[in-house]
Amino acid sequence: MPDGAYNYAYLDEQTKRMIRRAILKAVAVPGYQVPFGGREMPLPYGWGTGGIQVTAAIIGHDDTLKVIDQGADDTTNAVSIRRFFARVANVATTTRTSEASIIQTRHRVPETPLSEGQILVFQVPIPEPLRMLEPRETETRTLHALAEYGVMQVSLYESVTRHGRIAKTYNYPVLVNGRYMMSPSPIPKFDNPKLDRNPALQLYGAGREKRIYAVPPYTSVKSLDFDDHPFEIETWSECCALCGSSESFLDEMIVDDSGKRLFVCSDTDYCEARRK
Amino acid sequence: MYVAVKGGETAIAHSLELLADRRRGDREVAELTVQQIDQQLSLAVDRVMTEGSCYDRALAALAIKQARGDLIEAIFLLRAYRTTLPRFGVSEPLDTSRMLAERRISSTFKDVPGGQMLGPSFDYTHRLLDFALLAEGERPTAPTAPSDTSPELPRVGDILQREGMLEPPPAEGSGEDLTRAPLTLPASRPVRLQNLARGDEGFLLALGYSTQRGYGNNHPFVGEIRFGAVPVSFQPEELGFAIEIAEIDVTECDMVNQFKGSHDVPPQFTRGYGLAFGHAERKAMAMALVDRALRAEELSEAATSPAQDEEFVLSHSDNVEASGFVQHLKLPHYVDFQSELVVVRALREAVEARRRQAGLSQAAE
Repeated sequence: MPDGAYNYAYLDEQTKRMIRRAILKAVAVPGYQVPFGGREMPLPYGWGTGGIQVTAAIIGHDDTLKVIDQGADDTTNAVSIRRFFARVANVATTTRTSEASIIQTRHRVPETPLSEGQILVFQVPIPEPLRMLEPRETETRTLHALAEYGVMQVSLYESVTRHGRIAKTYNYPVLVNGRYMMSPSPIPKFDNPKLDRNPALQLYGAGREKRIYAVPPYTSVKSLDFDDHPFEIETWSECCALCGSSESFLDEMIVDDSGKRLFVCSDTDYCEARRK
Repeated sequence: MYVAVKGGETAIAHSLELLADRRRGDREVAELTVQQIDQQLSLAVDRVMTEGSCYDRALAALAIKQARGDLIEAIFLLRAYRTTLPRFGVSEPLDTSRMLAERRISSTFKDVPGGQMLGPSFDYTHRLLDFALLAEGERPTAPTAPSDTSPELPRVGDILQREGMLEPPPAEGSGEDLTRAPLTLPASRPVRLQNLARGDEGFLLALGYSTQRGYGNNHPFVGEIRFGAVPVSFQPEELGFAIEIAEIDVTECDMVNQFKGSHDVPPQFTRGYGLAFGHAERKAMAMALVDRALRAEELSEAATSPAQDEEFVLSHSDNVEASGFVQHLKLPHYVDFQSELVVVRALREAVEARRRQAGLSQAAE
């Protein structure tokens, strides 16, 4: 690829400006989905084009980028996206959560607490939290405008009546700043508490659906629940086989034909740091 | 004991090399040139230009070669290139009555001013494999009549329109561009048409077909299909008048549909419109059927079928979006799956416990 033929960080400056305007609006109205003129990226839709556009619009020479998928730096798509930015933005990359100024992620929030000044960029497949309950954009837009979220509460209630508990496990709906219902992207609900009053800026990019939304630092993010069925996160009776952590999200692996299982941290950087 | 099943840089690099190798295929067989694709797989090039929204035969042919003939992949390649191009303005609307037509047919009138021309068409081929194509050897050039130099080829629709039998086309275009601004719903007709023009041929074909089978029928007739070259004009700001900057091949379909009239409009025929780059009649016709179906609300018809559902059609027509999102399921989802495992195990335990409890109390009775 003749890299010189492309602008810094791939997108042209006008497009970056358009995306930055959308980001500013998103920060000003936490949890609100801002439509933006999403571009066709050289990576497939559904593979992080929204996150990539957000990152491309905010990245600069001084940044250090970390890209994770499923919590890990070395999953193929994370490698591919990191390579893309190393190539088109000539940017320093890292796997250390604490060293990164921008962390682009799919499906996880790092275990290591983030700090002020860091930006967490989420790749979002379906930005609309109500989509599976109401497929029409024209309808859900109205529901958001009226803060009419009863349909989600009913769906959680139905889950309680059917299963005796809220059986929703990932993409668990949250209320941002007491106003907008938001999809936290398909992170496990284990990560939901980390979104609340996080010192880092959270930006969410949905490329195919052409929406950007944000949670500014220290903003309240509440996972929906009921007084008698409070929100709870996943727990494991095992701990990480590599670092011994009993506080991190664990991936389960089948290690032999008899179905023997092993649990290890999904966050590879966190796990490695603990083993040092 | 534990081997991380995770692909690193090396795995990706090897995969890319292998892909390039497979693309080339057996080295004993001559390599395809982009010119050959352009000339001899020209309808594939037309489709890639149409759905890739970029009229450039050489780039489309290159994309087809790079994509190993996977047209949706080629469309994706062309789109990803197109999006990086600067835009220096908007051309004047194409005037297809100035088309130098190579083909032109109407199914509504036996004869039309300017005449009908079959041109190059699969329509009356018998679909018998032509084994002669297996052999090498040149083909004689087809005889052609001297081209008709009459500048105007009036559209059949315009003739009907003069009589008031057919609604006029919308007067105003719009500056909206789906590739620069997100789709908002309800969409204007120009935006819908742009969406359909970029839309997947197979998707539109199936939807158009569904209207014919009664899912939102709009009683269509092919008013006219024409294929040929039309000039593209552009008015530079500093010039004050339009200049011709290119000539492109397009296929246009004007579908004439029955309409019984509504409260405000007397009975007349209505239009569905299709336009595609190159020679793409199936696409243009399917597009025209779906365009007309999507006008249900505007024409006070009950919109009850998928093809009449604007949000459904416009949100799912794009094959680059669809292909990406369907195939993203190949990406790891083990974090989400782990969450599901945890909760399904807990639910199963609860059920087991209830069963045990029930068994115990039964035994006690």
